[in-house]
Amino acid sequence: MSLWEYANPKKFMETTGWLLPWLTALTALTLGGGLVWGFFLTPDADRFGSTVKILYVHVPSAFIAINAWVMMLVTSLIWLVRRHHVSVLAARAAAPVGMVMTLIALFTGAVWGEPMWGTWWAWDPRLTAFLILFLFYLGYLALWAAIENPDTAADLTSVLCLVGSVFAFLSRYAVYFWAQGLHQGASLSVDRAQHVADVYAYPLWLTMAGFVFLFLTLVFVRTRTEIRARRLSALVARERKAA
Amino acid sequence: MPDLGHYEMTVLLAWGGTLLALAGLIGQTLWRASEVRRALQAQEARSQSDRATERATERAADRATEQAGGNG
Amino acid sequence: MSALLLRDLRLAVRAGGGFGLSLAFFLILAVLVPFGVGPDRERLALIAPGILWVGALLAALLSLDRLFQLDWEDGSLEALATAPLPMEGAVAMKAAAHWLTTGLPLVALSPVLGVLLNLAPAGYVWLPLSLLAGTPALSMIGAFGAALTVGVKRGGLLLSLLVLPLYVPTLIFGAEAARRGAEGLPALPILLMVAAISLAACAALPFAAAAAIRVSLR
Repeated sequence: MSLWEYANPKKFMETTGWLLPWLTALTALTLGGGLVWGFFLTPDADRFGSTVKILYVHVPSAFIAINAWVMMLVTSLIWLVRRHHVSVLAARAAAPVGMVMTLIALFTGAVWGEPMWGTWWAWDPRLTAFLILFLFYLGYLALWAAIENPDTAADLTSVLCLVGSVFAFLSRYAVYFWAQGLHQGASLSVDRAQHVADVYAYPLWLTMAGFVFLFLTLVFVRTRTEIRARRLSALVARERKAA
Repeated sequence: MPDLGHYEMTVLLAWGGTLLALAGLIGQTLWRASEVRRALQAQEARSQSDRATERATERAADRATEQAGGNG
Repeated sequence: MSALLLRDLRLAVRAGGGFGLSLAFFLILAVLVPFGVGPDRERLALIAPGILWVGALLAALLSLDRLFQLDWEDGSLEALATAPLPMEGAVAMKAAAHWLTTGLPLVALSPVLGVLLNLAPAGYVWLPLSLLAGTPALSMIGAFGAALTVGVKRGGLLLSLLVLPLYVPTLIFGAEAARRGAEGLPALPILLMVAAISLAACAALPFAAAAAIRVSLR
């Protein structure tokens, strides 16, 4: 059984139909467990004090923020090449999730930065890169909203996602180059889990898993909604034509 | 609540904002999902009844033409 | 192909809107900045390369939504699609026309505005050079954005939202080249980076833009 079978909307709906309750339970367990563990059961750190707890919301959200876009890139490519509607609808479904995750990463990054750097916002390369990513999400969603014909919108937003990805990649390097002069060494480099001590790492892995399952759950639910919405407009259009 | 010490406001702000955003995201996802599902069900019911009416009208028309053909 | 280029050039100059307006906007921006940040000459000298780069970028953005709009409205875009000239070539020519009528004049005006903003002496060489290397990228990326929004009514704002994040790498390297040049630091490697972005954009984006236009014409 090939993965492509799920590109069929009916099969996708059937499969996600029975999958979702399990996925939701898994999400609740891992996310709830990780967050509770991280918040209540971890000690304060040397340099960061209790702000180390912000790790558990900042790192996973940043991870999802980037990977949501990567997923959108892959599904957009699949749409452009193989014309599977489920694929592009999944991309559209993932965008708001990715955007909110980007906002959370920005917000928590800024809040964390305040006691650490003494400022609410610093043009730290990572934060700046996420700000640009936020703008890319915004543009993608705005383009979807602006175009009436759904297939045209699917094509144009997919092309935007592709071209945008190249520029997002380029921007990352440009921003690191640009921010060289500032904050040497003081950037929030704690996103690399390897550099984090075990007592913090285990709840972090659990929370990361929680965010990943949350992403999957939300994207599945939203894709199902998109599929239904598409069917709805098709029915309405048919009714209007018959009248 | 663990003793968050000096950084209490910071940690609570970060976590609070995150949980709020996640709640909003999940809430909007579920709300839109149920809205669309309801609208689709309503539309499908309408289409069903439309088609049933169509079929009934067709059958009545067929019967009428049969009778007319028989008499003519 | 050159016929198309000449036609667009003539249209742009005759309409006056894109050509003159962009320059006027650039000028007004350079005049407004000191009102915003104060007339202190040292501070102005510090921010001049960056301000002028942002100004040029915004000015280039101004005339972009008209790039395909007129042809879209009167149907000549459809005609172009069926013409023997490949759409990619047509897009490239339109971007070239935009550069010749907007980008290049901005490059020429930049030293004059540098005077207003107390640009350092070395900057008078490096700022126009960096703009020369970077404005083709601005025109081509802008053309791509215009192609995406060609079917959207009043798509100007959407165009800006889509294009401005795409401008970031060009702006970062372009302004950095101008700034380092103005400060007497070696700026050539960065200038080459800017040129590389322009070349890559001009090579690859016509295909993406043409695809977008074909999709919108369906």
